[in-house]
Amino acid sequence: MQQVMTKEEYKKYVDKKSPDSKLLLNMSRAFLVGGLICMLGQFFMNSFKAMGFDKDVTASLTSVTMVFLGILFTALNVYDDLGRFAGAGSIVPITGFANSIASPAMEYKSEGFVMGIGTRMFLIAGPVLVFGISSSILAGIIHYLIKF
Amino acid sequence: MLEKKVGKQTTQFRNPPVIAATASIVGPKEGKGPLAGYFDQTVSDEFWGEKTWEKAESKFVREALAKVLSKAVLAASSLDYIIAGDLLNQCIASSFGLRESNTPFFGVYGACSTMGESISLGAMLIDGGFAANIVCMTSSHFCSAEKQFRYPLELGSQRPPTAQWTVTGAGSALLTSEGTGPYVTRITTGKIVDMGIKDQNNMGAAMAPAAADTIYAHFEDTGLAQDYYDMIVTGDLGSVGREIADDLLSSNGVRVGSILNDCGLMIFDKKQDVHSGGSGCGCSATVFAGFLYDSLKKGKLKRVLFVPTGALLSPSSVQQGETIPCIAHAIAIENVIGGSLAP
Repeated sequence: MQQVMTKEEYKKYVDKKSPDSKLLLNMSRAFLVGGLICMLGQFFMNSFKAMGFDKDVTASLTSVTMVFLGILFTALNVYDDLGRFAGAGSIVPITGFANSIASPAMEYKSEGFVMGIGTRMFLIAGPVLVFGISSSILAGIIHYLIKF
Repeated sequence: MLEKKVGKQTTQFRNPPVIAATASIVGPKEGKGPLAGYFDQTVSDEFWGEKTWEKAESKFVREALAKVLSKAVLAASSLDYIIAGDLLNQCIASSFGLRESNTPFFGVYGACSTMGESISLGAMLIDGGFAANIVCMTSSHFCSAEKQFRYPLELGSQRPPTAQWTVTGAGSALLTSEGTGPYVTRITTGKIVDMGIKDQNNMGAAMAPAAADTIYAHFEDTGLAQDYYDMIVTGDLGSVGREIADDLLSSNGVRVGSILNDCGLMIFDKKQDVHSGGSGCGCSATVFAGFLYDSLKKGKLKRVLFVPTGALLSPSSVQQGETIPCIAHAIAIENVIGGSLAP
């Protein structure tokens, strides 16, 4: 067959042919669900505060509660449906981080506890941890140097 | 001495092999699609009573073999070869599913074009007089494919509109040297075509040039009229890829748009949230073994060009930023022997 297009031309043609993601719809859904998850977090925070915990303990308790809920709804096969609907709205909050660790753990249970769950648990979250911790160390060093 | 070769890529059979029987088993989502009535069996649970998805896929293979043999009333001991492959690493769905088959086995890999590859090889073995009964088959499983090629199933992520949905299912076809149709009359073996697409979420666009290349070569080699076939059915181009293949063929003077269809578009309904359509080895295999074979057998279709398409990538090649080489194999299946090419 005669190639009527070069690879560059074909790429441009494909980009034109392929439907784009519905940005406005996806962004509104992300805003709605992300907002609701954060409201839920705020609700827990206010409740823990009202129970008389101090600021640091309240923050930790809120995070732990939200992580627990993220894992619970992953295990109940609900979080993937939520993610398909909400996109970044349910990926960015801490519940999404919990989902990214719980879902490979569930997936690779069939390969055993050590080589399955143990090795693969951070398949998705691994890069977040590596670069998150590295950049926090870098920020700490800069902060230390500026102080003097 | 090349008495059966026509043109550059096509084989014209002297003693066209007969497709004596087919079998198809699909998962729950496929069983709710528009072709539900054509499949032999729909399994309601993706695990099918097994502990892992890989084991479940092997069970699909095992059962699809048993089913095609029982439909043809053929003893397993009469089988000369099984030719099979799948998407899992080292093709374990096929080899584990067939480890108790006690039959000479060829494992093949053509990604989602595997059904085309296995039928092509099986047909050549039969026409060549090397075998009388061969089962050609393949499988795919949504869960095991997602696990190997993409993300964990429970990860809450979004897919772009060009992404496709791997079919859970297995299809098998029994090729024999004697019988009364439908016949495999000719095959056109595809070349590897890479137009530089890197996006594994747009496999239709990656595979469309390979499909167009093979279909073009088929008409070029055989000299058949463009309206010779009732239907030309690609494997899993999806809505994006089908349109591109049609465009590429038209710009080369092959106008088959009205009869060009795609298994990935036939197996699911648009409402089933599968974006661009179905994919996977099981997509073309079950649509062929179910709907297409039934239509040929009943005479609703008389001549079909079946063109399974495959994207020859691996998770490593994608991560290393490689482009996606693709392939498509064409198989002409006809109710009556004696097209315009009869020697």
